[in-house]
Amino acid sequence: MIEKTEYQKYVNKTVPRTQELKTLLTAFISGGIICMIGEGILDLYTYTLPMLGQEEIATLTTITLIFIGGFLTAVGLYDKLGRHCGAGTIIPITGFANSIVSPAIEFNREGVFQGVMSKMFDIAGPVIVSGVTMSAIIGIIFYLIEVFA
Amino acid sequence: MSKKRGNQTFVIESDISIKNTYSIAGPEEGEGSFKDYYDYLLDDDLWECKSYEKAEIKIHKEVIDGVLKKEYLTHRNIDCIFGGDLLNQIISSSFSAREFEVPFIGLYGACSTFGESLAVASMIMDGDNMQRIVCATSSHFGTAERQYRFPLELGTQPTPTSQWTITGAGAVLLERNSGDYPKIKSVTIGKVIDYEISDAANMGAAMAPAAYDTIYTHLRDMNRTPDYYDMIITGDLGKYGLDLLKHFAEVDGLVTENIFDDCGARIYTSNQNCGQGGSGAGCSAIVYSAYLHKELLAKKLHKILLVPTGALLSRLSTMQGESIPAIAHAIDIEI
Amino acid sequence: MDIFLRYLQVFVVGGLVCFIGQILINKTKMTSARILVLFLTLGVVLEAVGAFRYIKEFGSSGITVPIVGFGANLAKGAIDGAKYGIIPAVVGGMQKAAGGLTAAIVFGFIFSVVSKSKTKRM
Repeated sequence: MIEKTEYQKYVNKTVPRTQELKTLLTAFISGGIICMIGEGILDLYTYTLPMLGQEEIATLTTITLIFIGGFLTAVGLYDKLGRHCGAGTIIPITGFANSIVSPAIEFNREGVFQGVMSKMFDIAGPVIVSGVTMSAIIGIIFYLIEVFA
Repeated sequence: MSKKRGNQTFVIESDISIKNTYSIAGPEEGEGSFKDYYDYLLDDDLWECKSYEKAEIKIHKEVIDGVLKKEYLTHRNIDCIFGGDLLNQIISSSFSAREFEVPFIGLYGACSTFGESLAVASMIMDGDNMQRIVCATSSHFGTAERQYRFPLELGTQPTPTSQWTITGAGAVLLERNSGDYPKIKSVTIGKVIDYEISDAANMGAAMAPAAYDTIYTHLRDMNRTPDYYDMIITGDLGKYGLDLLKHFAEVDGLVTENIFDDCGARIYTSNQNCGQGGSGAGCSAIVYSAYLHKELLAKKLHKILLVPTGALLSRLSTMQGESIPAIAHAIDIEI
Repeated sequence: MDIFLRYLQVFVVGGLVCFIGQILINKTKMTSARILVLFLTLGVVLEAVGAFRYIKEFGSSGITVPIVGFGANLAKGAIDGAKYGIIPAVVGGMQKAAGGLTAAIVFGFIFSVVSKSKTKRM
């Protein structure tokens, strides 16, 4: 029987690989399109809601994109997009919405409390924890710079 | 009484037949290679239940019911139900067993559970203890995916080595002295083999060494060559895993051409786009129940070695950086 | 013509970010959560060193729609807050990102109550 290390080498050599070109191209195009949609929403709000400031428009755009991502997840389309687009649908903010809405939907059969509410951050938890922690650290560093410099 | 040959193989000396089978398959399987062989096809894998877990329990119960009805038996006529599945605490098997007032033995060997149940059941029957046993195993895409991987609606890209957990269940009725039916002649209980493959999306590579170890041991213990069998068919190695298994055999100088095959690699057609093929505890069960059993009855196959394979990982073991140990049991079925 | 060029820039910058992410997925088999964390960190770092502003001027939504923008937002809130004291410095990130987070949680909750996960077919 083949030895363990020899087998691992053989597996590494023969394992079926991802179709690089195809996945990279679809990720590029789909990611680019989602960003263009975001730009379109931004423009739309800028022209139709002139009373809002730049910052509020940006927030509103983010909220809209999160709504779209969540909606596509709820109707069962986002996973189909994700299967083809890969990083193109994971990295935009819609992918973040998908990573929050999908576990929440998945566990709604276990009830609202133990299912939806507690499982909502199953996937996105690390994103929020690391983001908030990093921002607090950055804040302290910049505060110290502010004080001592 | 069964006789031990070598360290792992037991020759079944009494006449134990696989008298009948019943299979239920999900919608994706219903479009696969064996679509005309299944006893019952689901249009919807929720089957009017409130959750995928409840649906799997219903599927598991209905296959046991189905095989009994085919033989005009009731639960009073059987001595024991053997069953297993992939869910935590094997709830599909045990919850379905509560519907029958029959002794129940729950087994877990991941996707090898079908082989495990046939091996244990036939050895118990050979000890003259039981007359009729039903062995059933099931798996469900919706329940396995959420337990082992990600939520269904998460947009992830399947890797090229990933497999598709089948939705479905198969049940077989074992009976003593019942005439011209496929018979279990010998069984080889596998060892847990770990070749330190840690990619949970490449189960075929993790399980191929265990499958080969069991097949090799079986052939050595029984003093046979692969061509003794019309088919040596593993459970759910998938296409790539099957290639690895053949590589193992060819390095040792065994003939694999037209003999080695895999249930998971066969269950879907190539245009179904299901990665390396099917997997799950129900995979070997429905392929045997639906397809292989009928081929044996029709005498198109005479001797097969069914080798259900299982990857014994859990989500926690993967998180803790463990590699994937695997197991396979060989069941020699002849008519 | 201007607007066409701007959308092209958005497309190229956004596409490139996802392209890099896909290379990482293909090479390292990272799960989506890890990819998200990695690009979030990238955003925090770009903002902290002051480079994010220039990419945003060129790429607009191409860099703010990816999770990189969310990370940059968190860092920007903290950096802006640092001018006013230690407490605003620590909570500034959350304040700046509150819109997105609230939307994600509230929509997530509403959608998950009304929807159930569906059968997947290849």
